[in-house]
Amino acid sequence: MSRLQLIPKYPREKQVMMNLNGDEAIAYAAKQSYVDVVAAYPITPQTIIVEKYSEFVANGEVHTEFVPVESEHSAMSACVGAAAAGARAFTATSSQGLALMVEILYIASGLRLPIVLAVVNRALSAPINIHNDHSDAYLMRDSGWIMLFAENVQEAYDTTIQAFKIAEHPEVQLPASVHIDGFFLSHTLENIYTLPDEAVYEFLGGPRKIPKVRVDYFDEEVDYVLNPARPLSFGSLALYDYYFEMKIPQLIAINKALDVIKQVNEEWYELTGRRYGNGLVDPYMVEDADIVLVAMGSGAGTIRSVVKKYRERGLKIGLLRVRSYRPFPHSDIRNLLRNTKLVAVMDRAIGPGQYGALYLDIASTLYHERSKPILVDYVYGLGGRDLSPDMVSAMINQLVKDLERGYIPEEERLRFLGVRG
Amino acid sequence: MEKRSFRYYWYLMYINAGFIGEIEVGVFELLVEIRWHSRGGQGGWTASNLAALAASYEGKYVQSFPAFGPERSGAPIMAFTRISDEPVEIHSMVYSPDIVVVLDYTLLSPSILSGLKQGGFIITNYTGSEEQVFSSLGIKKGDYRVVLIPASKLALEVLKSKITNTAMLAGIVKIGVVKIESVEKAISERFSKPVAEKNILLVRRALEEAREV
Repeated sequence: MSRLQLIPKYPREKQVMMNLNGDEAIAYAAKQSYVDVVAAYPITPQTIIVEKYSEFVANGEVHTEFVPVESEHSAMSACVGAAAAGARAFTATSSQGLALMVEILYIASGLRLPIVLAVVNRALSAPINIHNDHSDAYLMRDSGWIMLFAENVQEAYDTTIQAFKIAEHPEVQLPASVHIDGFFLSHTLENIYTLPDEAVYEFLGGPRKIPKVRVDYFDEEVDYVLNPARPLSFGSLALYDYYFEMKIPQLIAINKALDVIKQVNEEWYELTGRRYGNGLVDPYMVEDADIVLVAMGSGAGTIRSVVKKYRERGLKIGLLRVRSYRPFPHSDIRNLLRNTKLVAVMDRAIGPGQYGALYLDIASTLYHERSKPILVDYVYGLGGRDLSPDMVSAMINQLVKDLERGYIPEEERLRFLGVRG
Repeated sequence: MEKRSFRYYWYLMYINAGFIGEIEVGVFELLVEIRWHSRGGQGGWTASNLAALAASYEGKYVQSFPAFGPERSGAPIMAFTRISDEPVEIHSMVYSPDIVVVLDYTLLSPSILSGLKQGGFIITNYTGSEEQVFSSLGIKKGDYRVVLIPASKLALEVLKSKITNTAMLAGIVKIGVVKIESVEKAISERFSKPVAEKNILLVRRALEEAREV
């Protein structure tokens, strides 16, 4: 490893230390990102984002048009309209709000509109629960959105700004969501380092750039934007004649985002001195590990703190944090887990009648490996149940026994952490 | 550094208690965990936030959050602060605090000691005698390091109200977690000028009257 340290363009002393909770950090990042339109509806635990942003608007600190809509369905619809008209659009939601929004999520991605959505992850009813798990995130798994999961408040801030750049990249042009864990991040104050406004403006290249498209009826390429002077149809009908062909470019674009996320992560590093793994995955001591835990979100921090203690005791264990859930970084994960003997996937959601969603993704990644690790799924933290360091220790102790035994019987492949009875 | 750091106190404590070698002193160098006990409406979470702010001005990494749940006025609530030399990774509740702060003396009971590290600090608002504090906590003198602050009395005098959250910040100043200047800066940042001035006066008074027993 090189001892050479990169000197970022904005080193720590040129950044501003702020004490913010996760929601405030996202609102502040959106403010700095020169957003034209925010259409949002408040829902716990996302509420502070909407409150904070409307404060910025009321104080005249931003040029943003704030649309106080009557539902999340309308929030995303307004964002679709705004983005189609060329605006940089932002919204935020949680849980039931995201569920109501799902219909329009597919339209945003299908129309290739680079909207940014902050999802403050919260459990789904019933029973009614306002606390964190990832079940709402999986509602939008196949909606064609880029999905990034942050681990702490600093990363929530960083990722929100990055999301605009990733979404608006000329070769991507897809909506992106930034996920933070409800309460664990949204209502937790941490001190973070923020960039000056002009640095963010420069990083994003100013206001949103409109891509050019080639369409019939116009000889030259035209702006992909609603403009009465050059009318275009958005959301037209495409049946078995064109629908399939229109979906394929969406797949190509989201796979292209794999490179773009990495690239933006590096650009951010040059700017601020901070980066998160390669942008897609954030591994900790994975290279020589026999046991690797895979997780997303704030729980990864708690797990890492325990993994460090086991490392000090000499256990070869590591943590692989998935930062980009969609697009899913198959090849990065495969390369990292190639020599692992046991992989435990930590799912903060259940998939009734099936394993957890993250487990399935990891399993499909590892299927093509010649020597496959033992794979087990741990479901934890549903409805906001705390993931304590002791729980993680108990899990690791069990995994050590499993590794000695050399296999995990089928009926034990789905385990639950911290559930009674 | 003219003022003793918190880790110095830990170091002293373990030497005095003969624990050195048995307990990882290094752990405390990195991370201090505080649990705040109060009732809904008394400002426990605000106290936790102010403590975090104060530490952040001293170059620490901080984290502050309440025990999440629907807040009901008067119900016992908890808040947590983590103060560290390194970025705080852990995002669970605080299970084994180094310091427990009690804003409301009616909450004093053995249960608030749950998980408190051996030789940890209890900082409490109190009225009555120190023996009463020990007996309500179910401990003997010397079991833990106990700091008493007559916060309710001082708050009534200075603020003309029973809000004790800022007064109790004097406790963590007393044991060297943060400096008084940082607490004053945090209070000035969070409150309007007239409110801040009174609260700063209150913290100073509380610091004078805080005593370890």
